[in-house]
Amino acid sequence: MRDASPAKTYALHVGVIALLFVLNFVLPDYHQGLFARIMALAVFAMGYNLLFGYVGLLSLGHAMFFSAGLYGAGLTVYHLGWGVPEAFVAGVACGALLALAIGLLALRTSGVAFMIVTMMFAQVFYLLILYFAAWTGGDQGLVIQQASRVISIGGASLDLTNSTVRYMNALALFSVVLLITLAIVRSRFGRVLVAIRENEERTKMLGYDTVANKLAAVVASGAICAASGAAYALLFGYVGSSFASVQYSILPLLWVLLGGAATTLGPLVGTLFMYYVTDIASGFTSAYLLIVGVALILLVLFFPKGILGTIRERWLGWLP
Amino acid sequence: MMPLLTTKGLSRHFGGLRAVDGVDFALMPGEIRAIIGPNGAGKTTFVSLLSGRIRPSSGMIVFDGADITGMPAYQRVRLGVAYTFQITSVFANLTAFDNVALPVQRTLTDGRSKGAVRTGVMEALARTGLADRAGTPAGQLSYGHQRLLEVAMGLALKPRLLILDEPTQGLADSEIDNFIELVHEIAKRATVLLIEHNMPVVMQLADRITVFNSGRILAEGTPEQIRANTDVQDAYLGATHG
Repeated sequence: MRDASPAKTYALHVGVIALLFVLNFVLPDYHQGLFARIMALAVFAMGYNLLFGYVGLLSLGHAMFFSAGLYGAGLTVYHLGWGVPEAFVAGVACGALLALAIGLLALRTSGVAFMIVTMMFAQVFYLLILYFAAWTGGDQGLVIQQASRVISIGGASLDLTNSTVRYMNALALFSVVLLITLAIVRSRFGRVLVAIRENEERTKMLGYDTVANKLAAVVASGAICAASGAAYALLFGYVGSSFASVQYSILPLLWVLLGGAATTLGPLVGTLFMYYVTDIASGFTSAYLLIVGVALILLVLFFPKGILGTIRERWLGWLP
Repeated sequence: MMPLLTTKGLSRHFGGLRAVDGVDFALMPGEIRAIIGPNGAGKTTFVSLLSGRIRPSSGMIVFDGADITGMPAYQRVRLGVAYTFQITSVFANLTAFDNVALPVQRTLTDGRSKGAVRTGVMEALARTGLADRAGTPAGQLSYGHQRLLEVAMGLALKPRLLILDEPTQGLADSEIDNFIELVHEIAKRATVLLIEHNMPVVMQLADRITVFNSGRILAEGTPEQIRANTDVQDAYLGATHG
């Protein structure tokens, strides 16, 4: 599994990034926008996958990490007038800190209890956003003005409302997180995480503090999901409580399951697939969610390991 | 010489059952000690207490002069107490290489040296005769090879005390001969404590034997002394070997 073909693995990942880069110049406007959104949300899915796919911890509360980033970045821009880079860092920091606190509490449980505890914490987070409507805009949310979404570097300035700039920023974040995930998965830390998923008791008896390793994974996962949320707020200019709702805890789970849990590229494939099935289906009928549901059921029936998971199992054993 | 490991009044009760009942035990460095006894005598519970997988109800465990009674299992492993499971519990979906890489990478203090993991893993696999199976998922290995992989993982921890829980269970006769050789090899660098039902293996390997019965130590001595002990014959040897 490891060390088998690092060159091939890196070539594949760099190839995917290059392909996405080229697509910016090829895609029609509408699809260019959709792809930027998909890449930003694929980061969310990658963060979720790190915990769910590799460590085997099923959280139903990741909307809180995404929205911690979303609000962490959005509110500092909106209320404090922070610049884009500072706001992004603030968003990621909020997510990491929240993940540390939640991890310390939720990791006392496992299995179904872990799912419920994370879900309850996410609900609390969601209700807090509504409660502090004076700052958060409540269920209306906040729109971040175009003027606030400009990065000035020296004399030059990057306007994040420009579609190409937006696409490239989403791609940059996606690429960095993809390569970070790949590095984590191939590292010694990644090997311990997989061992915990496979048999936590045994991993302890090899001398590993499994709780500390799981906590590190929760924080990494939370920080990545928050990066996705922060980017989403800054790129698309909207911060709203719907992103903290339970739906946004379920979505990354679906994307990861579709694309293939514990595959590095699965989150992108799953997010892409689901967005396009929804997009195409809604062109035909207003009952598009029915079609999405049927597609999901078929996939789970015939590809229980997700798209990339199945490909890895049948044809390409070296996929990371 | 100071014992490597001692227990004082070590007990573990499950409800009314005294699985381990006030055991005083001492293990000298470098010896191969076998624990035998009928089913339900408390052997596995006793070594689980030593490894920290379960907590004692009362009593004390001292390893290398330090009280480790309340220490979590993973820290005991770091001190050098390694435990291989009675029921094979290798990571079935990981390759043999990755299974051994887990203990190897933990014992390495230099986090940068990528080659060191590979060298350490291949050494442990070679010592157990599994080198040519490094890339095979552990779940696809034969049962005997999975047992050997367990031992390789234990070895890779560079233990000072290696606890083997019924290591020859399910091995073919030819594999048992290799295994005996392997344990002799291990004992040059570590103290070995094994639970074993196969009496010929015990007689060939053990320097000393401790006999458990109903959670207590019934007898202790060299293989010859144990063979001659009438209590042991009544409780155990006589019962199972006619």
